[in-house]
Amino acid sequence: MTWTKITRVENIPPREGRPVRIGELEIAIFNVNGRFLTIENACPHRGGPLCDGIVTGTAVVCPLHGRHFDLETGMPVRAAEAKCLAVFPTRVEDGVVLVDLTAGRAFNESEAAA
Amino acid sequence: MPEKLVVVGNGMAGVACVEHILKHGPDFEITIFGDETHVNYNRILLSMVLAGEKSADEIVLNDIDWYRAHGICTRLGIRVSRIDRGARVVIDRNGQSTPYDKLILATGSTAFIPPIPGVDKENVHVFRTLDDTNALLAKARKGLKTVVIGGGLLGLEAARGLQVRGCEVTVIHLMDSLMERQLDATGGEYLKRRIESLGIRVMLPRQTAAIVGNGHVDGLRFASGEELEAELVVIAAGIKPNAILAREAGLQVNRGIVVNDFLETSDPRIFAVGECTEHRGQTFGLVAPLFDQARVLAATITDNRGPVFSPPAPAAKLKIMGIDIFSAGSIDECEPGVEVVRYEDPAMGAYKKLLLKNSRLHGMILVGDIEDEQTYLDWMRSGTDLAPLRRQLLFPPTVGDPGLAVAEMPDNETICGCNGVRKGEIIEAIHKHGITTLGQLKARTKASTSCGSCAGLCEKLLRAVAPDFQEETKTTLCSCVPFSYERLREIVRGQKLKSVEEVLAVYGNRKGCEVCKPALSYMLDMLWCGDHEEDRSARFINDRVHANIQKDGTFSVIPRMRGGVTSPDELRRIADVADKYNVPMVKVTGSQRIDLLGVKKADLPNVWRDLGMSSGQAYTKGVRMVKTCVGTEFCRYGVQDSTNTGIELERRFENLFTPHKFKMGVVGCPRNCAEATVKDLGFVGQDGSWQVVVGGAAGKSVRKADLLITVETTEQALEAAGLFFQYYRENGNYLERSYDFVERLGIEKIRKETVYAPEEERRKILDRLHRSKALSQDAWLERNHPANPTQFVQIEPMERVPMSAQAEGSVVREREEAQLV
Ligand code: SRM
Ligand SMILES: Cc1cc2nc3c(=O)[nH]c(=O)nc-3n(C[C@H](O)[C@H](O)[C@H](O)COP(=O)(O)OP(=O)(O)OC[C@H]3O[C@@H](n4cnc5c(N)ncnc54)[C@H](O)[C@@H]3O)c2cc1C
Ligand code: SF4
Ligand code: FES
Repeated sequence: MTWTKITRVENIPPREGRPVRIGELEIAIFNVNGRFLTIENACPHRGGPLCDGIVTGTAVVCPLHGRHFDLETGMPVRAAEAKCLAVFPTRVEDGVVLVDLTAGRAFNESEAAA
Repeated sequence: MPEKLVVVGNGMAGVACVEHILKHGPDFEITIFGDETHVNYNRILLSMVLAGEKSADEIVLNDIDWYRAHGICTRLGIRVSRIDRGARVVIDRNGQSTPYDKLILATGSTAFIPPIPGVDKENVHVFRTLDDTNALLAKARKGLKTVVIGGGLLGLEAARGLQVRGCEVTVIHLMDSLMERQLDATGGEYLKRRIESLGIRVMLPRQTAAIVGNGHVDGLRFASGEELEAELVVIAAGIKPNAILAREAGLQVNRGIVVNDFLETSDPRIFAVGECTEHRGQTFGLVAPLFDQARVLAATITDNRGPVFSPPAPAAKLKIMGIDIFSAGSIDECEPGVEVVRYEDPAMGAYKKLLLKNSRLHGMILVGDIEDEQTYLDWMRSGTDLAPLRRQLLFPPTVGDPGLAVAEMPDNETICGCNGVRKGEIIEAIHKHGITTLGQLKARTKASTSCGSCAGLCEKLLRAVAPDFQEETKTTLCSCVPFSYERLREIVRGQKLKSVEEVLAVYGNRKGCEVCKPALSYMLDMLWCGDHEEDRSARFINDRVHANIQKDGTFSVIPRMRGGVTSPDELRRIADVADKYNVPMVKVTGSQRIDLLGVKKADLPNVWRDLGMSSGQAYTKGVRMVKTCVGTEFCRYGVQDSTNTGIELERRFENLFTPHKFKMGVVGCPRNCAEATVKDLGFVGQDGSWQVVVGGAAGKSVRKADLLITVETTEQALEAAGLFFQYYRENGNYLERSYDFVERLGIEKIRKETVYAPEEERRKILDRLHRSKALSQDAWLERNHPANPTQFVQIEPMERVPMSAQAEGSVVREREEAQLV
């Protein structure tokens, strides 16, 4: 695992997300009431910025057309939408959020169906 | 001389019986004794009183005028202590005798209190009467450690009610599974999970050995020796028929007062009805069969003896908002000849189980999805042969002709079990009073006013019978906090809740969603005039950054341009900003102002600063603009100064939020060049007066605004506008545009409660408006004081990112592109 220090925890307020761009990749880090979860930022529907979505439980609602994605698995919450997103291991150390950017885990569709 | 009828028990069954007796004819001199000090109320709804969903006044079934109007001698708060059958008198607690020719015992039941040491301690309660409910409400407070003994319908409803009041509630139950009389183990497990997800702790199975504490309660000790802390204990362990009077008078009594099919007891002058009875070995705990009893007894006692009582299959529904549980008929799988059909979706929390016998529906358990409850009940009660419907059992087809299913029901079939309203009565009421909505039907017949489970059936009847049936718009917010808007406003106000998280924690599922969070945010802001805990995470992105998100994630910026009037200086600044920030498009909007489209989130604060204009609120449910025409200032036809009036109107309301967007227009004459009559609020200038119009629309649909009032001066027009504006803010449901609001309430009601309201009322409305306005400010000032340091910025990683991660990023992107084609 390769942890990268991203930002201080207070920069991501509770139940909100913030985008971080790393080269080609844009991720969104969410503060789910003290637990930090990281997901690819672009909605698979039409690229909506998930970081701007409303959080419901451990899912986020895309601000453009309202699709829901689970922040723990990257899976769409309603089964009918089979596309899913990569999620990244995230932890907090000394008040700093660290993300393992090398371990982007994307469920593929067959996994999603299982 | 009319006969003397004495009724002991002023509860649901006794009074229902008296109502039927009165329908047969006024041949009795009636006296009703009631132990409770209250008029007859709907006991079923005590759960809702406890949970704050209803007030005590709202559950009254017969008010004191009803007793008076029927010449009933009403003795409230007076207990009958003895019956002297020889002398044919009842003797009350004051020692007074009241003679009877006929006597009805309708004494109901009492809470069963298990014989455990400590039940007499202070802070141990039962939940049966309005007084019990009030006593619980007086003690309930935030964080109070509360234990409910009993995991049946009553216990769970009590638990939820107290939890909603802030108590920390644990339900303990003797059995392995909740509501085991209505549910099987699987259903019980689903229920348990739902109850726990509301934040109520459930402990199963637990046998209470003692309630411990010195005088007042400290806790519970279980048979296992385990202890549990408690400051308040509610016992909901069952009921027992209240048959003491009858037993002491020597009537035949087993568990309840024994009655035959005509509700006669062993004494020909004495009758019994309700939960105090025992019929063919069966006692009762739900109201539907008791209303049948009431009807039968009314016939028996008025010399129309004939109808016999045969209890309908039981049907029970849990009355906790957001938890759908329905059970009816027999649920005993082991009964010979019973076949079981089952459906389960753990993710949805849905579980259905149907028990068939001889191809007929014999019983059912529905958890999570009770949409088809009425169809099933119809099937069960009518004994429909299900052989041809086998493939559709779990998802019955929606009836194409809504009249069909109800058409087959006999007229005397009960539709509303709670209030004993029959099909015939409903049809009669619909014709007689021209009823077209469920609300009207409820008000007229009481049908569907208790547990609400027959609402679907009532609606079907309406659809079939009323020529112009109107569906009512759904008014509950969403399943996260499944209360109506009115109720939620009351709860938030009454319980002084000041943050979305708090509302969701106490009244909701603790998660909330994109529907309820913004709605609750609005409600809090409106109720507390902005003096609430603003939670940006509960707001849609537009309201977090005060701009409208666009398809590519950029934002549009529309500054306020009051009345559509601008200046060369302003236009120059707009042009400079467009250049400086490479704004891809500058556009004149359909609302007489200018839009800068395609602005990056990070640029927003600087764009606002450079514009030096305030927010036009184009991104939010709030005050948009006032569109004006040139009016008297330039137009040769103008009779009113529409431009300046419009600017003033905009100034008065700007920066405030509304249930949905709020657009206005002011025109200088009836030619209506700025389309004031299709705006949420409009002023139409006339020679010497203004017409103030409301509820207009020209968006998804077109609606001509209704005239609110015609006034002489501009100040009067502005005041009328303020009244309507604030009234809509307070009473509109979130996302209800003024055109729907005006249609829902009707312009007469709105007039009566705004412009025609008493002076003092109007003052109060305007005071609230002014208070909100005083606390409001231009949202774009957040450019100087952001709500959060990273409100507008993209976060930069603190350290350099290893190359492999970037490679991973591109892998992810390729996969996604592959999916998009
Ligand atoms: C920019 C503008 C179109 C334009 O280029 O002129 C516009 C743009 C949008 N309108 Fe509009 N409406 C604009 C004037 C209107 C008008 C005309 C007017 O205001 O006189 C109407 C008809 C009147 C009315 O409000 O009903 C109008 C009726 C709607 C509706 C239908 C509302 C309804 O209940 O019927 C929606 C959808 C909604 O609100 O639910 C909508 C929604 C939208 C949204 C916000 C859709 C969205 O959620 O993203 C559009 C934002 C586009 C963007 O990328 O920023 N827009 N929209 C106009 C901005 C006016 C302003 O200065 O604030
Ligand atoms: C919180 C709660 C929720 C419920 N929910 C449901 C539900 O969802 N669905 C459902 O079908 N049922 C429900 N029930 C049960 C329903 O309320 C009862 O079945 C119904 O009220 C019984 O009517 P009754 O007239 O027999 O008894 P009651 O309504 O109890 O009336 C009896 C009255 O007689 C009075 N009385 C007794 N003895 C004397 C005396 N000696 N002198 C004078 N007065 C006397 C009592 O004070 C009482 O007021 C619920 C009950 C409770 C408590
Ligand atoms: S009419 Fe309004 S909502 Fe529709 S595309 Fe145009 S701007 Fe967008
Ligand atoms: S872009 Fe996310 S739902 Fe459409």
